[in-house]
Amino acid sequence: MRFPFTARNLLIAAVIALLVLLPVYTALSGNAFFLTLFTRILILALAATSLNLIMGYGGMVSFGHAVYLGIGGYGIGILAFEGISSGFLQWPLAILVSALFALVIGALSLRTRGVYFIMITLALAQMVYYAGVSLSRYGADDGLTINRRSQFSGLIDLSNRTVFYYLCLALLLGTVYLVWRLINSRFGLVIRGAKSNERRMRSIGFPTYRYRLVCFVVAGAICGLAGALLANFTNFISPAMMHWTRSGDLIVMVVLGGMGSVFGPTVGAVALLVLEETLPFLIGKLGFPLFGESAARAAEYWQIVLGPMLLAIALFARGGIVGLLTRTGRD
Amino acid sequence: MTEPLLKIQGLCKRFGGVVATDDITLDIPEGELHAVIGPNGAGKTTLVSQLAGELTPDAGRILLGGTDVTSMPVWRRSLLGTARSFQITSLFPEFTARDNVALAAQAHAGHSFHFWKDARRETALRDTAHAALSRVGMGDRADVRVSRLSHGEHRQIEIAMALATRPRLLLLDEPMAGLGSSEAAGMLALLRALKRQYTIVLIEHDMEAVFALADRISVLVYGRVIATGAPEAIRANTQVREAYLGENSVAGAGDA
Repeated sequence: MRFPFTARNLLIAAVIALLVLLPVYTALSGNAFFLTLFTRILILALAATSLNLIMGYGGMVSFGHAVYLGIGGYGIGILAFEGISSGFLQWPLAILVSALFALVIGALSLRTRGVYFIMITLALAQMVYYAGVSLSRYGADDGLTINRRSQFSGLIDLSNRTVFYYLCLALLLGTVYLVWRLINSRFGLVIRGAKSNERRMRSIGFPTYRYRLVCFVVAGAICGLAGALLANFTNFISPAMMHWTRSGDLIVMVVLGGMGSVFGPTVGAVALLVLEETLPFLIGKLGFPLFGESAARAAEYWQIVLGPMLLAIALFARGGIVGLLTRTGRD
Repeated sequence: MTEPLLKIQGLCKRFGGVVATDDITLDIPEGELHAVIGPNGAGKTTLVSQLAGELTPDAGRILLGGTDVTSMPVWRRSLLGTARSFQITSLFPEFTARDNVALAAQAHAGHSFHFWKDARRETALRDTAHAALSRVGMGDRADVRVSRLSHGEHRQIEIAMALATRPRLLLLDEPMAGLGSSEAAGMLALLRALKRQYTIVLIEHDMEAVFALADRISVLVYGRVIATGAPEAIRANTQVREAYLGENSVAGAGDA
C-alpha cells in the first residue's frame, strides 16, 4: 500500500497530526477546552465510523444508529449504579448488549429496503429511547450521574484527561484500520456488492441477508463501545444520548466527511463539531463591526449558516470533504 | 435413458389476469443447447426468472439433476449450478471487471465470513476470474472499471460471471441484445464454444444465431409452448409460421 501525496492524504495526515499533538498544546497552554472538545469529537467520530460501515459501504441508511450510543452508555451507567465499576466487566457487557440490540433491530429492518428501512430503524430506536425514559430506577428522563468511571485495575486511569483522550484516539484509529481491513476482505466485498447490486449478488450465489445482518451487528457493537466511552467522558447517561436527532448528527458527520471513505467520518466529526463551536463565535465577532449588537443576537442562529453549508456538500460534493479532495476516477 | 438435467413440469405463472407461463413441460438433457424463442411478451424472461429462482411459479415443478428446486431461493440454486446472465446488464459498475468476476467465483469458494485477509489477494479467486474473462475475450481488459467499459464488453462480463460460478446449467437471456454486428459475431463464436460444455437455455431474438446454434428450439406464444423440436422441424412447422415466424425470416434463417 502506497500513500502518494494527494490533497486527500495530506488532509488526513494533517487531521491525524492535529489529533495526536493536541494534548501537547493543552499541556503547554494549560487550557483544557480543546482537549475536552476533541475527546468528544473522537468519541462521536468512532460512532460515525461505525455508521459509515453500514451506510457508506453497505448502503444501509440507519436513522437510529445513536441508539447503540445509548445502550453502550446505559450499560456502563447501570452497572456503575449497581456497584460494578470494573471496566473489564462493564465494557464487554456494554458492547455485547449493543450487539444484541443490533441483531434484533437488524433482523427486523433488513427485511425492508429504502425509505422503509430508514423508518423502521428510526422507529425501533425511538422505542428504545422511550424505554430509557421509563427507567425510573435509573433516572428516567433526567438521566443518571455516574460517580465513578470504569476501573481497569490501575492499568488505565480514565480520570486522567490526557490518558482518556489518547485511549479514545487509539480506539478510533484502531477501528478505522479494522474497517479498512474489513471492507477489503471477502466479507467487505460481499457487503459492498450487495450495496451496488443486491439482485446480482443473490444470482451469483450469495445469501446476502446474513452478511448484511452481521455487518449491522458489527457496526452496532462498535457504536456501543463509543457509548461506553461517552458515558465515562460525561460521567452521565440519559435518554438524550439516543434521541433520533443524535442519529441525524451521526449521518451528517458521515455525509459531510465522505461516505465510503474510511477516514471520512473522522473528518466529518471534526468539521461538524468544530463548526458548531466556532460558528456562533465567528458570527458574533465578524458581524459586530457591521451590525453591532444585533450580530451577537444573530450568533444564536448559527445553524442558519451551517445548514446551507451542509446543503452545498450534499448537492455538490457527493463524496463529502474527503471526496472533494480525491480526484474523480481514482480509487 | 439418462435423467435430463433440467425437468420442467406443468409450470404456471400468472400476473393478475395475464398468464405469463401456461402449463409448460419441458425436459432438457445434459449438454443440450435449448433455445426459447417467441414474440415480445411471450413470457420468455418470466420463464427464465422462474428457472433462476427470482420468481416462484404458481404451480408446477422444476428439477435440476433430480433435485426439486422449485421453492429454492436464487442463491441456493446458484450454488447447485444454475447460472444466469441478465437481459439488461446487471454488474457492479464501481468495481473492475476482474473484481466482478472474482466475486462470482468467491460465492462458490466457501463462505465469505473472512474479515481480515485482502480478498483481492486471494490468487485462487483472481485466477478463476482471469480464466473466465480470458474465455470470453476480456483477459486484457480485466483491470478496467466496469463503468468505463462498453456495452459489448458488459455483455461479455455477464457471461464470464456466469462461467466463474462453475455452472451446470446456463440461462442466457438475450446475450446478443444491443450488440453491433462484429460484436454479435464474437458472441456467436463464444456461444458455439460453450455449447456441449454446458447445458444452455438460450433466449435470443437473433434468429440467425438461434437456428445456427440450437440443438432444439421451443416456441413460446402467450406463455404456452406451441412447438418444441430440432431447428429444421421448427422451421417447417406451419403452426409456428403462422404464430410467429414470418416467411421472410425463415428464409433468412435458412440462408445462414
